[in-house]
Amino acid sequence: MAVAEQTDTEAVATPAARRKRSFRPRYPAWLTAPSLLYYAVFFLGPMALLVAFSLATQRGFGSLSYGFDISQYRLIGNSLYTTIFARTLVMASIGSLLTIAVGYPLAYWMARYLTTYKMLALLLVVVPFWTSFLIRTYALKIILDPNGYLAKYAGINILYTKYAVAVGLVYNYLPLFILPTFASLERMDWTLIEAATDLGARPLTAFRQITLRLTLPGVITGALLVFIPMTGEYIIPGILSGGKYEFVGNVIGDQFNEAQNPPFGSALSIALMGALSVFVIIYIFFATREEQFGA
Amino acid sequence: MPKRLSAKQGFTAWALVVFAFLYLPILVMAIFAFNKPSATSVAAFHGANICDIPPTQVGNITVWNGFTSCWFSAGLHDPTYIPAIVTSLQIAAVAAIIATVLGLGAALALARMKPRFRAPFDAVVYLTLVVPEIVIAVASLIFFVQARNYFHAFPALGKSTILLAQVVFNASVAMLIIRARFVGMGDTLEEAAYDLGSGPLATFRQVTLPRLMPAIVAAALLSFTFSFDDYVIPAFVNGTTNTWPIVLYSAVRFGLTPAVNALATIMLTITVLAVIVTAIVLRRSRVQVTPGQEKAPGLDAAIGLR
Repeated sequence: MAVAEQTDTEAVATPAARRKRSFRPRYPAWLTAPSLLYYAVFFLGPMALLVAFSLATQRGFGSLSYGFDISQYRLIGNSLYTTIFARTLVMASIGSLLTIAVGYPLAYWMARYLTTYKMLALLLVVVPFWTSFLIRTYALKIILDPNGYLAKYAGINILYTKYAVAVGLVYNYLPLFILPTFASLERMDWTLIEAATDLGARPLTAFRQITLRLTLPGVITGALLVFIPMTGEYIIPGILSGGKYEFVGNVIGDQFNEAQNPPFGSALSIALMGALSVFVIIYIFFATREEQFGA
Repeated sequence: MPKRLSAKQGFTAWALVVFAFLYLPILVMAIFAFNKPSATSVAAFHGANICDIPPTQVGNITVWNGFTSCWFSAGLHDPTYIPAIVTSLQIAAVAAIIATVLGLGAALALARMKPRFRAPFDAVVYLTLVVPEIVIAVASLIFFVQARNYFHAFPALGKSTILLAQVVFNASVAMLIIRARFVGMGDTLEEAAYDLGSGPLATFRQVTLPRLMPAIVAAALLSFTFSFDDYVIPAFVNGTTNTWPIVLYSAVRFGLTPAVNALATIMLTITVLAVIVTAIVLRRSRVQVTPGQEKAPGLDAAIGLR
């Protein structure tokens, strides 16, 4: 749109327009104090306590003694739990790949072919993301219900299976993937494609060698952006698998709701974050590359 | 006569399929808000109002049984749902205000701080965004229970603990949105104000704050939506308090009537309007960028991507 183009040219003009100045108004550092204090008490505090709990020993019902007891972590090695960890990571990977397969062509279409309706399409992508996650999962459950039309007339009876969970993951996280992918496609210089085809490249070759290469960092960023929360997913398996195909998040929740085993739940939480940290590091790597590369 | 589709037509067709996938379930849910209970359950029911039929006897409501609009009034008078919605609204309003104030202060100071000092703060902010919500929820539960054990002045599990736990994530998102806008604005106008003899406080009030307003409003609206829709944190730190997502989740798992569809439809409508307002506000903030400065935050900033 006109607006987007205008800001693009402004961004190009930035270095030239900026001159050296001694003036740098700064706001006092104490303005960070309230939020710093807040994070320290209500985020870092609970996190530290979580670590302490994971190393504590459960003594009967509801009482525990702090220490350095790694038996809870050993318990995770049990095949019952390694299965759930593996399932969570596999499902999140499948969900992310499906999201790419569904979302990339849409983002491509928006960036390449839309002009007047680009903002409208963008809004259509954003609206589902901001409407309640829970309501959307419920809406999906209605459609997939074994007594509903899809099951009766199309033979698609997948509610309470892993397929429903996969559909739910794609359905809920699609907008989150499309937005950054669209942003990186939007920065693409389409004249490069024109030049390549003028020089005799077939459209598919031009796409593979130019578009895909230039937008890959954006795609990876977007994929990890959905993969990371998918691994911590709680609502989708809870509703769409009816408790039959649980993720690590559900098992963590059970330790606090039903099993009353907070130390084990804490150890599972730490293990989940450990598994995730690898992907977070990859995400940060690509996100910073994307930033240097783009704009 | 079959003709080969051009690439553009192919992509357009795919886009229509994807938008149908995104919107069809929501649309069906909204349509089923007007659905009658199944014929057999209506026949077996002796009351005057068929929307008084309880969830256990409503029959199959995932197929169309006929039109009624009585679920809307049934939903709006429901003794469980309505108080829960009011609770959620209260928590979300306070959470939005606290998160925006915290985020604003941090954004102002951090934006022009040396990277060396800023980095640790940023690390914590990103950590609050990537730690799975379920982990934050159970960690907060442990923390609040312990805090209550040791300090009796600390609030028991309930509205205030939901609020305290939710503000962590919301403050981070608010800070990122406001900071993106603040960095994007540049400091030329502030410099001009200083040159013309305006003091720091007057400059902030008359120059910086009005230009930050779109981002502040957007941050508050988004924080509100987040908090209102959040299920996972309240599910663990609620004590005996019911929020709307909590009653919705248990209804979805253990049985409901189309009254839930009716309430969800009302709320969807409100959310959609809020999103459109936010988009318009953000777009306005985009247009107002001073020439020669960095890009203003777009919709990507709106969802906390930057």
